[in-house]
Amino acid sequence: MEYKTPLVKIKNLCKSYRRGSQIIPVLENITFDIEDGEFLALMGPSGSGKSTLLNLIAGIDTFDSGIINVGGVDIATLSETELAQWRSTNVGFIFQFYNLIPVLTAFGNVELPLLLTRLSRKERREHVETALRIVNLSDRMNHYPGQLSGGQQQRVAIARAVVTDPTIIVADEPTGDLDRISAKEVLELMDRLNVEFGKTIIMVTHDPHAAEKARTIKHLEKGILNAHNQSRL
Amino acid sequence: MHIINLVFKNTFRHKLRTSLTILGIVIVILAFGLLRTVVSAWYAGVESSSASRLVTRNSISLVFPLPLSYREKIRQIHGVKLVSYGNWFGGNYIDEKNFFANFAVEPASYLELYPEYILPSNQRAAFLRDRKAAIAGQKLAIKYGWRIGDTITLKGTIFPGNWEFVLRGIYRGKDKSTDETQFFFHWNYLNESLKKTMSLRADQPGFYLVGVSNPNLAEEVAVALDKTFKNSLAETLTETEKAFQLSFVSMSEAIVVAIQLVSFVVIVIIMAVLANTMAMTARERIGEYAVLKTLGFGGWHIAALIFGESLFISMIGCTFGIAFTFPIAKVFGDTMGTYFPVFNVATKTIYLDAAVSLFVGAVAAVIPTWRAIKIRIADGLRRIG
Repeated sequence: MEYKTPLVKIKNLCKSYRRGSQIIPVLENITFDIEDGEFLALMGPSGSGKSTLLNLIAGIDTFDSGIINVGGVDIATLSETELAQWRSTNVGFIFQFYNLIPVLTAFGNVELPLLLTRLSRKERREHVETALRIVNLSDRMNHYPGQLSGGQQQRVAIARAVVTDPTIIVADEPTGDLDRISAKEVLELMDRLNVEFGKTIIMVTHDPHAAEKARTIKHLEKGILNAHNQSRL
Repeated sequence: MHIINLVFKNTFRHKLRTSLTILGIVIVILAFGLLRTVVSAWYAGVESSSASRLVTRNSISLVFPLPLSYREKIRQIHGVKLVSYGNWFGGNYIDEKNFFANFAVEPASYLELYPEYILPSNQRAAFLRDRKAAIAGQKLAIKYGWRIGDTITLKGTIFPGNWEFVLRGIYRGKDKSTDETQFFFHWNYLNESLKKTMSLRADQPGFYLVGVSNPNLAEEVAVALDKTFKNSLAETLTETEKAFQLSFVSMSEAIVVAIQLVSFVVIVIIMAVLANTMAMTARERIGEYAVLKTLGFGGWHIAALIFGESLFISMIGCTFGIAFTFPIAKVFGDTMGTYFPVFNVATKTIYLDAAVSLFVGAVAAVIPTWRAIKIRIADGLRRIG
């Protein structure tokens, strides 16, 4: 087996929520690495903390203690502005409900993250067209989300996630709102991004079929990483 | 695709809500503009006053006249350039509904004192020549369809009887602030008639109008003038034309204050309406803002989206409100011409409309923006689905 350097290092990660005077632990002493080019599936029952873990890795939530290091950056040390900037260049997001902006076309949605870059309009267009070609939606670029099927919308969301060529792609239940055929298409696309383009993907899912596409599966239960993690390679 | 484009598209996502909010702003800007114009109209006489004109009246009250003999004495006071005089006639045209300002004045000196009343030279000569002649402002002549040579009969209220005049001239104002709804005739015509019918009231002007050679001397001349007639049977009170006009306005100051208050109350109301619209909008889009933040957009971007939308809505309303203010003010001015002879939407009112709209737009966006920025991304994302 080929040795790869860890892209994401997580050490002793703890996260809890406060509900009134009650403190509810969500993640307890999570430690693991994610290698560059990995396709990792995080599984577990509802409330196990998998989405929270994904949010922490993606830098959209804060944790109580521990370390998350992505590509050599300790994200806990970044200010909110630095974190936003870091996310814009390093993380691509795929959500369960696509989260496209309804008043923007597929092109406009994919272009959104590029508005934060210094790319010219022409360069942005080239990037967006490439991303939409990858997800096989070149012919739908002028369609609004409401004019697209769920699977197509999710593919637009994937194009938006990859258009900035991020270090990692995080996907929270990407097939959770899709029918079987669309889900299969989306998973194949994610597989292609991982295999063909070498993208590191971290996917949260309930669905064992979806998890099958991942190279590694990690189980979370009640905020603790299950010892029986599967590596499918 | 830019933020501005997104602002524009967001604005019309809820067409009905946005349209109703814009309609509300249009009505408020219209109401605000009209109320401000009413206030301006109230002060129109004050605004158009000249600094080089003084008004001398009986110190007891304007109701009491002054002797005609004062004219020569006033003329001799240092700094006095010109003296005219007149009486408020208070006549009605046909019936009481047709009320307008009408004065008996010493015509030559009066026209010299009021160069803002522009009268063609032939009409001026005709007016000065004929003792029964009268002149009317352009708006008044249009209102009643008067033409040069028409005989106009006024029914006297202070000076009883039917008074016939021949219209010899129609003046127009030098600028928009000049009152074009007044009617002037020869004081001598009134005086000669009084000599025959009410001799005790003859030779007594109601006021003197004094032109000073230098506006800086106005106060000095006023003091000297009143001093001249101190301890006489008819002591005088002299003030600048502006102060004189203000004394009339101050009588109805409470109404003016009420109007001003109402004009600001409507602003507060629309601010609440727009704030409610923006709060609903921001609440509905909290998930989208969370997505944008996830993609790396910062608080400033979110603020730009919400403020942009709020300002855009308020400025659309403002533009239409201003556009409608002019024709509606014209209709209002024509209808209420007797009460508001000068009813023009001032440039200052337009600037105020724009400033108020900007203010309303900005204030309405503050709380929704603050909420949208403060919400944690994870919490915002949970609102979706």
